[in-house]
This record gives sequence, structure tokens and C-alpha cells, in this order.
Amino acid sequence: MMDAGRHPNITLLTYSEVESVSGYVGNFVVRIRKRARSVKEDLCTGCGTCEENCPRRVVDTVYEAGLGYRTAIYRPFAQAVPAIPVIDRENCLYFTKGKCRICEKVCPTHAIDYTQEDTILEVEVGNIILATGFDPFDARRIPQFGYGRFPNVFTSLELERMLSGAGPTGGKVVLRDGKTVPQRVAIIHCVGSRDKNYREYCSRVCCMYSLKLAHLIHHKTHAEVYNFYIDIRAPGKMYEEFYHRVLDEGIHFVRGKVAQVTDAARGPEEEGRLVVQFEDTLTGLQRRMPVDMVVLAIGLEPRHDSREVARLFGISTDADGWFKEKHPKLDPVATMTDGVFVAGCAQGPKDIPDSVAQGAAAAARVLSLIGQGEVEVEAATAVVDELMCVGCGQCIQACPYSAIEYLEDRRIAHVIEALCKGCGTCVGACPSKAISLRHFTDQQLIWEMRGAIYGMQVQHAEHRGN
Amino acid sequence: MSEQTYEPKIVGFLCNWCSYAGADLAGAARLKYPPNIKIIRVPCSGRVSPELVIRTFREGADGVMVLGCHIGDCHYATGNHRTARRMPVLRALLEFTGIESERLLVKWVSSSEGELFAQTVREFTEKLRQMPPLGLRMTSSK
Repeated sequence: MMDAGRHPNITLLTYSEVESVSGYVGNFVVRIRKRARSVKEDLCTGCGTCEENCPRRVVDTVYEAGLGYRTAIYRPFAQAVPAIPVIDRENCLYFTKGKCRICEKVCPTHAIDYTQEDTILEVEVGNIILATGFDPFDARRIPQFGYGRFPNVFTSLELERMLSGAGPTGGKVVLRDGKTVPQRVAIIHCVGSRDKNYREYCSRVCCMYSLKLAHLIHHKTHAEVYNFYIDIRAPGKMYEEFYHRVLDEGIHFVRGKVAQVTDAARGPEEEGRLVVQFEDTLTGLQRRMPVDMVVLAIGLEPRHDSREVARLFGISTDADGWFKEKHPKLDPVATMTDGVFVAGCAQGPKDIPDSVAQGAAAAARVLSLIGQGEVEVEAATAVVDELMCVGCGQCIQACPYSAIEYLEDRRIAHVIEALCKGCGTCVGACPSKAISLRHFTDQQLIWEMRGAIYGMQVQHAEHRGN
Repeated sequence: MSEQTYEPKIVGFLCNWCSYAGADLAGAARLKYPPNIKIIRVPCSGRVSPELVIRTFREGADGVMVLGCHIGDCHYATGNHRTARRMPVLRALLEFTGIESERLLVKWVSSSEGELFAQTVREFTEKLRQMPPLGLRMTSSK
């Protein structure tokens, strides 16, 4: 991240949103709303004095997963690039109550600017790479696991923060009371993944991070750790070896889905603890296990706004909402819109090595286009018969790629060939038969259809003859 | 023409990316379906204009199948959305002109659903067999 931040040819625009995209490969014009961070980027040195002095404490639900606090002027996390903080206007005392201005007073370079407003940038770019990532699955959606209801049910992200030496507990694994060390921990795999009621796909990363969490919890607390899994999926370099190492450490693996987590005790050993009710599919027994802590290995979901983003950039999503690649095996980086590429979890759940590989691949694809200097376009594109077109605009509405423009001066439609993918939806929509698709013209299809019907007639006649 | 010898003629407009590949899979998997269908490949089910369907009936087809990708899986993002909205209107028009609207079948068949394709053809052929021939073509080519 530091390298990207420092590179002279890379401009990082954080805290910004793309508002609109127009043009096509080689000629995109992107309108970007650069949101007001209330800190002048050219003056700020990222010293962090403002954060140290800010009196407002806000629960950090993003980076600290709700376990820790941040200030109202903050950087998302310590190593954030660029290291320029932002004022959270909804929580800042000055913006909400009109008093404070401490950060302005302590800033050594006078970089604080409360009057800053959103600015709109327009940049011309040749190619676009979308790497918008994923949303973690909200464990509250599965009520029987009790997340949010039982204090000692945690998500994997919360555990991740707890295990960090710089995290809210200083690296200690403790229950929600902040001091009790758990004796027995259950890790429930596939929370929200591989489940017909939520997401049918495998989130790919949960097995490995659950193994890591199991290893670290066991290492730090010497607790008995139980993994409740459907299958352990460890497909990667050194992954299976790590699984075996964790097995050898004495961590327990129970094959079976957990039915529910409950606090209704049925015996003295269950009193005051959480009880995991599950079926052990290797022995075929229904069992209950009292534990102190439950960790939910939550899956990966498409970003909540991935469909809107896809529409903005003229690409499509699959049924789940992941960005759709041009071809799942042969072209996993490009999209159906030339010049727009995808990388990382925005395209589908994947781990860090895969994300890095896809990011590098996307960059390489863009570089090859830049190096070539020209692009190949589809041969079968739509074409408007200018004498027939009445300029009704039906085709413009029908086009999934916004590849048809309206020529105001001549009052006709015009196909931008660089954008047209040749689906022919416009042809089906045109009421005056003014638009046709090369290689799939009405004439061609009608003759093909006639030949087909004639062929069947002959075939049936011969059949009757026999 | 007696009922025993009547064989319906079906023209199928299949989108290149899903249904055509699905039909291909049905063939590759040696699935059996009646030879009453002839397939015409179109880039997208959205390419199929209502006029083309009517024209096909006029040329002597007893049934027309328009198959496309499942909604949300369209290779061209939203081409099949158009089909989904267009075909019900066409159906009403067919009824108006006296052609039974069941003679037009619109369905979503993906490239992995070879069996669904074969089954669709089987069922559609069987349904058309129960109906009299449409016989809109005036000049017989025989």
C-alpha cells in the first residue's frame, strides 16, 4: 500500500466515490465526488497529533469490529494509506454541538479545515479496474446461532481483532466481560456459506482462517478448541500441511452442522455456559457440548451496492451479486465491457494469494492494452439504416451497454461500434426495422427459418412415406 | 392428414451463450428428444423480434420456442429482460390473431441444463401433437 501511495504515476483518491462513467475503452470520462475530509491533504503530514487530542470516542464498528474505540478525527487503521485522517462529521463535537475545535488548535501544520466541501473531479482514463471487495456476512441473520443475543458468541472478525497485539484486548482472548479466559471454544464453520437459506457458494477463506484462529486460540489460552465443519477445504500451497499441523496440536474437529447455540441448560455441567447442539455425522449421534465461547466463521458476501456499481460501470453481476467476468475460466479478469476489469473479491470470494494474482493480472491486461494503442472491436455490431430511423429512441432504451446515442441534429439513432457487443436487443425493439445486426439480419434469420421449416416438411414427408 | 401422421414443426430461437450451449450439451450427452425442432442460433433472446416469431408461424411452423439465459445470467446483462417483457405482449397479440398462445414457448435454459432442454422439447412437442396443425403456410412446398 505504501508503494502505491508513493508512486509518482499513481494518484490515490480515498474517501471518494465515482458518480458517473461515460465513454468507452480508451476514452472513459469518470466523474468522481471527492468527499470533504475536513483535512487539507497538501498540508497534513500524518503525524496523528489530532487523533491523540480528540476528546470524542466512538465505537469503531469497522476496523475494531465493535470491540474498540476510535476518535472523531481518525484514520481507519494505523497503517492506512494515505495517512491522512478524516473528520467523522456525524460524531465530531464541533460539527454536532458547535464547540471544541481542539484538532485545529493542536495541528502543527494548520491542516484542519472545517469548511471544506465535496469537490467533483473529472478524469479521463483509458481503462478501469474494479476491486471493490466484499461485505462480511452479518451473523445476526442466523438467529439460532445467537449472535447479538448471547454475549459470548463472537464473529471471526472480532476474534481476529482480539488476537492482534495492537487490538482492543492487547492480544488476549477473553470473553465479553473483558477478563475471563475461555476454557472451551467452539468454532462454527460455514456461517452463511454453503447454506441454501443464505448463500449457496463456499466462501473459500473461512476454513483456513478458522484453522488459524483455532491454532492461535489454543496457543494463547490452552483452551480446548472444537471446529464444527461440513468439509475442511484446504486447497492451496501449504494449506493441507497447516491443517495437519493443527490436527496434531490436539484441536478437535467435529464433522456436522450446528443446529443451534443455546443457553438453556439441561444439566449442572451446562449451567451458565453456552451449549452447542450438533449432529456428529461421523458417529451419527446427536450431541450437546457446553462451551464458554462460540466463534462464527462468517462467510463473504458481495458488497451491498455491487449491483449499483456494476450498472454505473456498465458491467453485469451474477445472481449473487458478484461482478461477472467475461469467461469464468478463460477470461477471469476482463468483463463484457471493454476496458473495465475486475480483481479480487469483487469478482467472487477468494483468498489473499488469489486476489493478488488477479490484481496483477488485471494490471497486466491494462498494460497490454496501453502498449498496443488500439483495440479490437466486435464484428457483429448493430447498424442503423439512417433513412429508416425515425428517432423514437426505443433502441437506446433497450441497449444494455448504452452503445446507442441520439444524434440531436439529425434526429436519428447512431451505434457507437466500440461499445456495441452485438446482442441485437435493439433490433428486437425497433418498431420501424431501421436497425439491424450484422450477421444476424432479419433476412438471414428468415431464410434460415424457412430452410428449417422446409427441411422438417421434407423429413416428415419421408417419414410418412416409409 | 390423420392424427397419427401429424408431426408438429417447431422452430427454436436459442441464445448463443446459454440455451444453444444447453442444446449442444443435450446432444453431447446423447439425450433423446424428438426431431421436430430445428434450432436457429441468435446472439441473445433479445434479438428475437415479435415480427420474427409471427413470420415463423406464417411460414408454416406449428410452434416457436424462444430460449434464453436465466434472468440475471444474461451474457449481455439485460438482453433477456427485454424478452421477458416483450413476449407476454406478443402472446396477447397471438391470441388476438387466432393463434393459440401456447404455441409460443419462452423459457430460460442455461448452458448446463441439457436435460432441461431435452425435456422442454419433449413436452412442447407432445403438447403440440395434441393440438391440430397450424398450417398457416398457403403454398405447400411438397
